[in-house]
Amino acid sequence: MHEDNRGEADLDFAPPRKGISRRDFLKYCGLVAAALGLDATFIPRIAQAWGGTRPPIIWLQFAECTGCTESFLRSTNPFLDDIIFGAASLEYHETLMAPSGQNATQNLLNAAANYRGQFICICEGAIPTADNGVYGMIGGKTMLQIAKDICPKAKAVISFGACASFGGVAAANGNLTGARGVHKALGGYPTINIPGCPPNPITLVATLTTYLLNGSFPPLDGYGRPLFAYGTTNHENCERKLSCSAKCLYYYGCRGRTTYNNCSLVKFNNIVNTPGSPDGCWPVQVNAPCYGCSEPRFWDRSNFFLYNGHYINACEPVGP
Amino acid sequence: MSSKIVIDPITRIEGHLRVETEVADGQVIKAWSTGTLFRGIEPILKNRDPRDAWMITQRVCGVCTYVHGITSIRAVENSIDSFFTVPENARIIRNLLGGAQFVHDHIVHFYALHLLDWVDVTRAIAATDMDAVVTADQAISSSRTRDAAFFADVKQRLSDIAGSGQLGPLANGYWGHSGYTNLSPELSLIMMADYLDALRIQTRIIKIHALLGGKNPHPQSMLIGGVSLDLAMDESQWSALYSDLNNLCYEAKTFVDTFYLPDVAVIASAYPEYRAIGGTDNLLCFGGVADLSSAGDLMFPRGAIFNRATGSVQAVNEAAITEHVARSWYAGSAALNPASGATAPSYTGLDLDEKYSWLKAPRYNGQPMEVGPLARVMVAYGLGAVPAITQLVGDFLANTGMALSDMYSTIGRTAARAIETKFIIDSMYADWVNELMNRINPQFTTDTVGRVGFTLPPQPTCSGSFLTEAPRGALGHWVSYSSGGGNPQIVNYQMVVPSTWNFGPRDLSDVAGPVEQALIGTPVVNQQQPLEVLRTVHSFDPCIACAVH
Ligand code: SF4
Ligand code: SF4
Repeated sequence: MHEDNRGEADLDFAPPRKGISRRDFLKYCGLVAAALGLDATFIPRIAQAWGGTRPPIIWLQFAECTGCTESFLRSTNPFLDDIIFGAASLEYHETLMAPSGQNATQNLLNAAANYRGQFICICEGAIPTADNGVYGMIGGKTMLQIAKDICPKAKAVISFGACASFGGVAAANGNLTGARGVHKALGGYPTINIPGCPPNPITLVATLTTYLLNGSFPPLDGYGRPLFAYGTTNHENCERKLSCSAKCLYYYGCRGRTTYNNCSLVKFNNIVNTPGSPDGCWPVQVNAPCYGCSEPRFWDRSNFFLYNGHYINACEPVGP
Repeated sequence: MSSKIVIDPITRIEGHLRVETEVADGQVIKAWSTGTLFRGIEPILKNRDPRDAWMITQRVCGVCTYVHGITSIRAVENSIDSFFTVPENARIIRNLLGGAQFVHDHIVHFYALHLLDWVDVTRAIAATDMDAVVTADQAISSSRTRDAAFFADVKQRLSDIAGSGQLGPLANGYWGHSGYTNLSPELSLIMMADYLDALRIQTRIIKIHALLGGKNPHPQSMLIGGVSLDLAMDESQWSALYSDLNNLCYEAKTFVDTFYLPDVAVIASAYPEYRAIGGTDNLLCFGGVADLSSAGDLMFPRGAIFNRATGSVQAVNEAAITEHVARSWYAGSAALNPASGATAPSYTGLDLDEKYSWLKAPRYNGQPMEVGPLARVMVAYGLGAVPAITQLVGDFLANTGMALSDMYSTIGRTAARAIETKFIIDSMYADWVNELMNRINPQFTTDTVGRVGFTLPPQPTCSGSFLTEAPRGALGHWVSYSSGGGNPQIVNYQMVVPSTWNFGPRDLSDVAGPVEQALIGTPVVNQQQPLEVLRTVHSFDPCIACAVH
């Protein structure tokens, strides 16, 4: 049997207990730069952008599962506490904020009034529109009404996740609540869409970084998605693309060829200092096909996998 | 004279919840719990391939993602389980994914979602003697090695936030409430340091999901018949994975031992009044978290406790589960077993005397049941079947001077969550990682099977169910589908999830749900700042998108 090395965890592996190590911080800025397609000379500028101003952010949660928030919490190490308490000012976010009830609502109203035209509004979740929006209420108001009140006061609205961008799971066939993406629910109101279920938080951070660096948001594609992240398909950067013997998952139903996203490039849950560990993972690394979660209406495009013997017996390599 | 307090939205939870209480003579005499969002996931599942269902059910909740995915997989597997056996490797990988989910969830809950109910940030900033803070820190756990400079730094960060005028998520909390004064400034500063640490540490623990599931939230490696992972590895891939899993578990275990469990004991000791309030009478555990063997031994045993009789745990009978909709915004009036359940929304406006929630009201043997960590721990304790849990409960009670009966309370619920976290991470670290890695070690074995193939059975209709435990409590999925023509389609899909049990409204007989009962008797000293209500509501770890789905 392999020797048991429990209890010998590398000391380097211990999490930072004090402040943020500069090395980690710059490494993360490097990832942001890479996500944006910028070279290393931009890293100091990115570090500076995140250390300086504190743009106000209002984060609204509609018909969602909170996976997008969880994604945001997850892989922003070392940014998480720095974003919410440092680089930006998170004025409203129901999952994270201390106050409840009227005190919470007061924060929303104050922020929308005090930072009118300046705050960035991040939306998570679809908006129920059927029956005047009664399927989603917060503080006695419908989500539809809240979106109508708050979004037009923002400097920009970012729809974070498949639900906010395109309606997502709530708007899949069988949708009884008239759930729609924010853009559509508000009658074509312009939004920056960062789809994915959940989306990669680095794409959100990189979008905000562009804004901090340039005072404007990055160029978008026809679906309102930032081109730096959604300009190429997952297939184009997939490690299995060039090698059929490496078990390309296309024949198991992988949608990587028609899915525009940076999963294969940037990966998820990054920054683990574990010896030997990759900087992040993505589904293809665990032999799971991409199901196309950053494309509109992906829930309804057909079965997720090819079940007729292919995927389920996927132990052996297939070609071509 | 009585008055009403409405808290809407309840924040620091998953989902959208409104809680209203009626207060007389400074105490809650009635409470109503309302889920304010309905997405209709069950109707959305209709007519889809049952083998795809897990993808959608996983989106019931983005916090405990994996659990809804795997429960769906196992409900479908249950419908055809005479056709195959899930491989051992898949069972262990599923255990690891499930265990990581619990450990991660509970740490995030205690620190990010619950701690600010017990700790006043402004008191933390008021700590002046950093040497006294260090002494207090080491008294909590001798393994803590933080120095005065560390705490001065935390204090400076908090002061900077407070002084910036942009308090962000901390703005407008119930700071200064007299209920916070139980905790000294020194302990408050320590707790805030741990709050900030936990925000970072949670990103690492869940990396286990990235390694075995491709990503988190919403890991992607699930499959009817096993897991998608390719377990044929060479020596170097194997040792990289072994060291990753081992180190991640070690780090999580260290955090639980050094911080989480001791911090919960600090809160339990500082707030003894919450040992006497916030309890419910009945507990239900479907059993699980992990299947310890292919024979079906469960890590947490199944059982039900009525009227706080910890010593007489009853067996669980699936047929005794019903869901009421009398006070919920759904059509129909019969209380149905989920195998034949229905979800037909019918909104009639918020009326506390009539219908007032999107949650249904689940009942077991006709009774409202609390589910979750407290139920799991007390059922295991009552049965005496899990020595490690009996020991951990005994130690916690001895450390804090609590009696066993005090566990039926707000503090008991929070303590049970920490106790089971320790039990789970200890099992992962000591057993499960080695169990898996020894099996797939390329030097010794070629057992790399993680999934099996099968063809769907010929019957025209199939049905299956699976009862298990999610971090927040008892969870069941029920599926029925037609399987004709190789193109199977879901006919009915029902989920009864933990927060539906805990936060459901009144039923046909006007019996209140668990949280509605738990709040009765809670003292409220300042109706503008109903901190006491929040403490009990948060102790259940509400998950409302999941509860309504
Ligand atoms: S996009 Fe996915 S992760 Fe985000 S809220 Fe919707 S279902 Fe949840
Ligand atoms: S690989 Fe595909 S399905 Fe997976 S997260 Fe990326 S876009 Fe979504």
